[in-house]
Amino acid sequence: MIRFVIERFFGMFVTMFFVSIMVFIIMELPPGDYADRYAFRKFSGTGVTVTESDLDNIRAELGLDRPAYQRYFSWIGGILFRFDFGDAFAYETSVNNVLGQRLGLTLAILFSTLIITYLVAIPVGIYAAVHRHSAADYGLTIFSYLGLALPNFLLALILLYISVKYLGSSVGGLFSAEYQDAPWSIAKFVDLLKHLMVPAIVLAWSATAFQIQTVRATMSDEINKLSVTAARARGIPERRLLFKYPARLAINPVVSTMGFDVNRIFSELPIVALVLGLAELGELLIQSYLDLDMFVAGAILLLLTFIIVFMNFLSDIALSFLDPRIKLKG
Amino acid sequence: MSTINPVLDKETEEAQRYYSASQWQLVWWRFKKHRVALLGGLVLLFMFLSGLFAEFIGPYGGSTRNIEYLLGPPQIPRFWDENGFSLRPFVYGVTTERDPETLALIPITDTNVRNYIFFFIEGEPYKLLGIIESNIHLFGVQEGFVHLFGTDSLGQDLFSRVLIGTRTSLSIGVLGVLISFFLALFIGGVAGYAGGWLDYGIQRFTEIIRVIPIIPLYMGLAAAFPRDWSSTQVYFAMTLIIGLVGWPTLARRIRGQLLTLRNEDYVMAARLSGASPYRIISLHMLPAFMSYIVVDLVISFPYVILAETALSFIGLGLRPPSISWGVLLQDAQNIRAIEQAPWLFIPAAFVVVAVLAFTILGDGVRDAADPYSVH
Repeated sequence: MIRFVIERFFGMFVTMFFVSIMVFIIMELPPGDYADRYAFRKFSGTGVTVTESDLDNIRAELGLDRPAYQRYFSWIGGILFRFDFGDAFAYETSVNNVLGQRLGLTLAILFSTLIITYLVAIPVGIYAAVHRHSAADYGLTIFSYLGLALPNFLLALILLYISVKYLGSSVGGLFSAEYQDAPWSIAKFVDLLKHLMVPAIVLAWSATAFQIQTVRATMSDEINKLSVTAARARGIPERRLLFKYPARLAINPVVSTMGFDVNRIFSELPIVALVLGLAELGELLIQSYLDLDMFVAGAILLLLTFIIVFMNFLSDIALSFLDPRIKLKG
Repeated sequence: MSTINPVLDKETEEAQRYYSASQWQLVWWRFKKHRVALLGGLVLLFMFLSGLFAEFIGPYGGSTRNIEYLLGPPQIPRFWDENGFSLRPFVYGVTTERDPETLALIPITDTNVRNYIFFFIEGEPYKLLGIIESNIHLFGVQEGFVHLFGTDSLGQDLFSRVLIGTRTSLSIGVLGVLISFFLALFIGGVAGYAGGWLDYGIQRFTEIIRVIPIIPLYMGLAAAFPRDWSSTQVYFAMTLIIGLVGWPTLARRIRGQLLTLRNEDYVMAARLSGASPYRIISLHMLPAFMSYIVVDLVISFPYVILAETALSFIGLGLRPPSISWGVLLQDAQNIRAIEQAPWLFIPAAFVVVAVLAFTILGDGVRDAADPYSVH
């Protein structure tokens, strides 16, 4: 068991190593380099003419004249040893400062989304499996189709439209105006929770639709097993029996796909955040891509992927506890 | 012969037909039974055709501006009103007035003016499919104008634009999926047949691609497009990145199928009789799992279409003057625009219907793909 955990733990770093190379390639892709953009931002409109030798000086100063692999190692070394993600030139500060509390807000959105997804998907999926081919079951199938077909950002736009048109208030943002710059307090936290509801529901939409079908499928398989019939024959009440045997196993695929859910949520997060005006990492990611502020973009991409890889790791561990039949092998 | 029971005769004939049918025939027979999937397929066919003939069906060009009808609401064709019934549908005329405060031109519907809709009417010249020159449009008006879906803030006809956007978005989907299909077929085929370090490398690469959230990955690649690229260049670059990001998942499936098939007796027999690897893969192995690949292709469409829409929506994909669903939805990005002009949201309905149709079609094809399975 311990060996399995340790193996998985180091496997995580191997994956992250390759991911970091991929992220570094994406950071290097845009035409022109950091020096060009740096100079453009600093001197455009000031009337100062930037010559090619000025650019070379900037490059030397920032260490951009080194070959790519050296730059990669100094970038990744800074992150690993000093927790320094580099400079965000569009904001003229360090990336760490820019990310700041956005990371916490991103995690808050992620976890509230996951909680809503599982709180809805597991009971509803079990219900659908027990009442197969009922009207509710067909209704849920249609909902599942819509969950895939209605992109989250469209759902966000529709909710925005409804709230402005009929409720007279906007659901956007993460804080009410009076708490925006206030220090953390219980009142501010409650305010945050209220604002988290809408993005969490929007993001949970497709994950829930997907997981309901997964739970329903597994539960339908398990419910027809002989062990269930045998238990029923022994006179165990239906409700207790459901939770004792099939429901326990129906949760396994949900646990094992947790990493996928996080992946899906992070994939949809930037656009939903843009529409709803959430000041978290996804929205910043879009902005930094548009500004070509690649150190910020790289840091966010790396962080989001790390969270996914870490959740994969957790779900592997959790699964091996939940279902001892699963072989403890890589 | 007349002594044989005619019912039995008919049955054996059917059985004969069943056992002698080709694989694709069986797939088609099974697919036909899936009514909803058939409907999904028809909807898509209709969408593809209307995209293909967008210039003919739409009454105006994609960037033609009507400055008398800026941000105008949809005009609904009518057959009757209080002035009586007319067999020929008509839309009301519109006059413009200046707002006394903001001095902006406001369109005012004049219910006394009827602009009749004529079919196969002459209008703006265009090139159908890029070759056939024509100026006949499916419908149009002789006086005034007709905007079924309303207009955007520049006064461009949303109906015509949605049709052109349908063509752009669907064609990016088709080209992107085709690129990833051929890459996957080639790389997955080599990996599955040869194994070794190439196989290992592709496996690892697939894992990396799958662990990075896909839309942020697309965005990162799209951010690298130079800003001065023409819309055609951006269009092809978009299809390219969609294809490049899409192939690993498919390649993995193909590899898995090939690895299982490699140990089949008939493959061994082919190898022993001296067939070349290319011949073995293309002639003996590929037909065995082609139906699964087709299913994967259909299922991957919705994701590709959503990816394009999402990228263009946030301004990292196609940019105006290109017209795609995502570009059209850019206008509906902020809440004030939607509040003022909810009809700008109409392209969203097309996205939803297309994705829904592809998903349902994919389900039907998946069920039909294994013709010998008993359901």
